[in-house]
Formats: sequence, structure tokens, C-alpha cells
Amino acid sequence: MSREKPPVPKPVFNESGLEIKPLYTPADVEASGGNDKIGLPGQYPFTRGIHPLMYRQRPWTMRQYAGFGSPHETNKRFKYLIANGQTGLNVAFDLPTQIGLDSSDPVAAGEVGRVGMAVDTLRDLEIAFEGIDLEQVTVSLTVNGSAATLIAMYLELARKRGYDIRSLRGTAQNDILKEFIGRGTWVYPVQPSIRLVADTIEFCAHEAPKYSPVSVCGYHIRESGADPVQEMAYAFCIAKVYADEVIARGLSVDEFAGRLSYNFNIFGNIFEQVCKFRAGRSLWAEIMREQYDAQKSTSMWLRMIAGGGGSGLTKEQPELNIVRGAYYALIGALSGAQTMALCSYDEAYTIPTEYSARISLRTMQLLTAEMGLCDTVDPLAGSYYVETLTSQMREQMEKVMREIDAQGGIVKLISEGIIQSQLSAQAYERRRQIESGEFAKVGTNCFQIDEEEQEVALHPYSDEDALAQIAATMQVCAERDNKQVAAALAEVSAAAAGDINVMPAISKAVSSYATVGEITAKLSDVFGCYQEPIRF
Amino acid sequence: MRSAIRVLIAKPGLDGHDQGAKIVVRALMDAGFDVTYSGLRQTPQQVAQLAHETGADVIGLSSMAGSHLSFCRKLKPILAEYGLQEKLWIVGGSIPAQDHTPLKETGVDGIFPAGTTLQEIVTFITERAG
Repeated sequence: MSREKPPVPKPVFNESGLEIKPLYTPADVEASGGNDKIGLPGQYPFTRGIHPLMYRQRPWTMRQYAGFGSPHETNKRFKYLIANGQTGLNVAFDLPTQIGLDSSDPVAAGEVGRVGMAVDTLRDLEIAFEGIDLEQVTVSLTVNGSAATLIAMYLELARKRGYDIRSLRGTAQNDILKEFIGRGTWVYPVQPSIRLVADTIEFCAHEAPKYSPVSVCGYHIRESGADPVQEMAYAFCIAKVYADEVIARGLSVDEFAGRLSYNFNIFGNIFEQVCKFRAGRSLWAEIMREQYDAQKSTSMWLRMIAGGGGSGLTKEQPELNIVRGAYYALIGALSGAQTMALCSYDEAYTIPTEYSARISLRTMQLLTAEMGLCDTVDPLAGSYYVETLTSQMREQMEKVMREIDAQGGIVKLISEGIIQSQLSAQAYERRRQIESGEFAKVGTNCFQIDEEEQEVALHPYSDEDALAQIAATMQVCAERDNKQVAAALAEVSAAAAGDINVMPAISKAVSSYATVGEITAKLSDVFGCYQEPIRF
Repeated sequence: MRSAIRVLIAKPGLDGHDQGAKIVVRALMDAGFDVTYSGLRQTPQQVAQLAHETGADVIGLSSMAGSHLSFCRKLKPILAEYGLQEKLWIVGGSIPAQDHTPLKETGVDGIFPAGTTLQEIVTFITERAG
């Protein structure tokens, strides 16, 4: 009998470039910094979660992304999701709305209501949320370029319906810096765009202190090619830009930081994602306490929606995306996400059907109802592997943030297109690794089957619906007080040109049924338009 | 020696998902083509104008948000105005199967839906525009 030595395992690296050992022991935990940063959930540095009892007290909010066509159709889908147990709404707007164009704008032709709901005036929001209690269901607005207008519109909607906006909860995405990196619904140049974000944060801090005006997105940075460490590090750099801008106006960090939230991506290696979130939580807490002198715990909390993860899904064997979604939801639950949304299995080629949206929702409900994911907080804590990797990933995040600063800061790197170029190079490299088989993707480069290109059930698009939307807005404009609208729009121009917050003027404008396009036009007259840097 | 094949990769309409387009641009550059990338939010007029200015042999559109068919139908007569109707016209991205025939009928020469390899695109261009 031969006595060969067992083969030395090939080195394994996770996506963030950290080498993964075949075995972890207490010595690894010790070598990576010990147990100092683990602590308890609900206590600084919050590695294990921001609340002491986490899901034992309340499961995560389930908030599938939805919205299409007309406000009437969207209202029906919202009610369907709520009837099926969804606890939050995540509003998808069409592209014209997202970049501040009216449905009647010639540039909007063919895109009205296509990838989300068309909103021209406050009337559209009134219809979309008709019969929905805005205190029972929290609403998240997925909008960036035109976020100031849509936030003002949502708050005016609530005010007109009699809610006290001082206690109204909700979220807007409103993270424009990441739009320059990926997703692309920018409108104005970089500096005035940052100013608008700061205007919304400052306005909400005073007027709607429970509302979360910004959800800083690592999500789309990851979709653009970033690894998990970069996803967190870049998002933190961006959040600091907004915080600095607001603090420069004289607000204290504790007046607004508690309402900053995050949106992160989940796909890829299970443990790398869980450690990413645990590491990120303690790093953000330390940044807020040590660099910003935050006193309140809520200012140090990394509150997040997590999920997705579009880039992890495949067109091949699409039913496997249901299985992937289940793992992504498991990761989210093991990571202490406050809110979760999953991409539906058909999302690679269409707007999710009611059927696929329900599967995503049920995927999360399976975890809370059947699988015991709410029973105990941060169940992976104490794993030698998880604790070691958490510490190592945190160190990497700090290193990436220092590098960004050393290169002149995230705003400069985005403005010059350097981040975009770096991430697209990484995305290209990953694509090549998938095509060569070096990076495994089930159904794409391994375990393939012969698949015919299937005709798929697509969400229908009709030009008639777009015309109906245009006609409805014309009707609103015919009925509104145009003098009042003109006066409010003049105030928007004056505020934009001066250095006062634009939000009170925008609120007046939307309240008098000014259109999204009218407000955008006033702002871009002052701010100009963004010119995309093209760099490879 | 014949100069490199000139390719325009454009992002039609309002869709901001440019990761795929930029990957294709890099692959085509590595394959030795002379590539121009338009950036986001191109109108049919701008695409034709840019193809004309850059002397494109190949006009490629990357669409992820569903407006490819209506865009191509608008682009077709404008390409003709610029005398570009004989150029190789390709479309890639999130292009459902049922749209392939209508796109071909509109004059699109090659369709590269999600799942296409970069090599397939390079080969197609080399064979058809080389």
C-alpha cells in the first residue's frame, strides 16, 4: 500500500481577494484581532446587529421592488403584495420620471411606464397610494436624479391626507453619487447633485425627522463590477461626502445621521457576504463615533436593505434563480438586514409577474415561518472562520477607503470617470473568467443543458397607456391654478440660484401640481446638465 | 494593410445600465477594433450622427430596459438619411426571443441577447465587416 502524502489543497481566494484557509481555529481569531470587536448585538460596535433582539423582536421588512405602467396599475400591484403579506413597498418609477422628464416629453416616447410607474404630478402619487395606509406600510422610493421632487411629492401626499409628517417613516434612494458609477439616472453635474442630496437631508432633519432621505447604495457599485470589500468601502466614502456637506451647513451629526440608511447587494460566496455585513456594521459605527463624534447610537447604526442580487442570476436555467434567491435571502437573514428585497427569477428579461413576485416574497416568508431564522441573533457569531474573515474584511475596507482618500477622494474619482473605468475593467475581467470557466457559474459554464431560446411571458407595454398618462396629466394641468404654479416655480429657480434649501420651494410647487418636468427644467436652468466622462 | 474595423457602441434611450456595453467595448478593443462608445441616453439622431462622424463600419446598440424595438424602428430611416443603411447593425442586451424576428425585419443584422459570449460578437463582426 502506497503511503502518499495527501495532496496540498489548491489556494482558494474569495472575491475580495482574501485567501481562505481550509481550517480555522481560535488562533486565527486571535491573530486577526481577537474578540474585541464582536461584542453584543445592540451595542457598539454593532458587529452582531444594531438591535439587541433583532428578528426575535421583529422580522426584517419584506419589500419587493414593484411599479409599472400607470399609477392605477401600480396601485393594484401594491395592494396585491400587501394582501400577500408584504410589509413595505418599494416603488419603481419609469425612466422619464427618474430623470425628471414628463411623460409628454419627446425624449420619453416609448419609455413611459415601461420599467416602473410614470409620475408627472402629485395626482399620480395620490392614485398610486389610494387606499394604502402610509403609517401601516413603509414606502421606499427608488429614485435619484429627481429624488428631491419625488420626496417633496411623497411628503405633500402624506400631509394632504392628514398624516403628521413629523412621525412619517419611509425611505428614498436619493444616492446620486452612485448613479454616476452605475445605473445612470443622473441629471445635473456632480456638485449641484450633491447639494440637492444635502438639501433633502437638511430639510427632512427639520421637517420629517423619521423619514430616511438617503439610502446609500453599495448595491449598484457591486453590480458595476466592484468586489464586496469595494462595495462597502465606496458606499462609506459616498455617505461621508453627504454627511460632510450637511455638517458644513451647521447641523450636528446626531441631527441627521440616524436617518441615513444603506442598500447592499447579495450574491456570491455565502460567508464572504455575511462577513461583509458584520465587518461593515462595526466599521461604519467606528467612523461615525471616532471621525464624526456621534453621540447617539442611532447615528452609528448601519441600517440596510439587502438582497438582489441581479448580477448573480442567470438567463440559463432560469428556475435556478429561485434557488439562488433562497440562498441570498438566507444570507440576508444571517447578516442582520433590516429590510430585504429579492430579484425575481424572471427579472433578467422582464418586469416580474405576480407569480414570480410572490415566489420571492414566499422565499423570505419560508425563512421566517419554517426555518428558524428569527429565533436567535447573529447565529454565526463565534465561528472561527466567520470571526476571522469579518476582521480581515474590515481591515480591507479601511485600506480601500484610505486609498480613495489618497487619490483625492471619491468625488474627484467619480467626476473624472476613474472609478467607473476601474470597475468596468473588473467587470470585463470577471466576464472573461466566466467565459473561460475559471470562475464557476452553474448553467453558464458548468452543469449546462441544451436550452432552446424560450419565448417568455413579458410584461406588456402599450403606447395607448402612455397616451392615457399624457392626457391625464394634461387634465391635471388644465385644472390647477397656473398662477400659483408659476410663482412656486419662480421660487424654485431663486432657491436653486441662491444658497438656500430648495426643498420648501419644491414642496410648494408639487403641492400646486407642478410637473416633475417643470421642476427639473428650472433646476437644470441653474445647475446645467451632467456630461458623462468616457474613459476606458 | 486594411485599417481596423470601426465600431460604434451606443446606449439608446434612457436606460442607464451600461455595464454590459462597456464590457463589449473592452472586448472589441482587445480584439483590435477601433471602438467608439457613445455614453448614455442617445437619441436615434445622435446615434446616426455619431456613426457618421466616426466612420463606423458597425453600429452596435446595447439595450437593457426594453425599448430596443421602438428605438430601432425610429433609427432605421435616420440611418438611411445618413447613407448608413448598409453598415453592419447589431443589437445586444436584454432582448427577448419574440423580438428577434421583428428586429431582423427592421434591418438589424445580428442580435446578441444576454448569454452571448464576447467571442461570438467578435467573430460575427470579423466575418461580416472584416
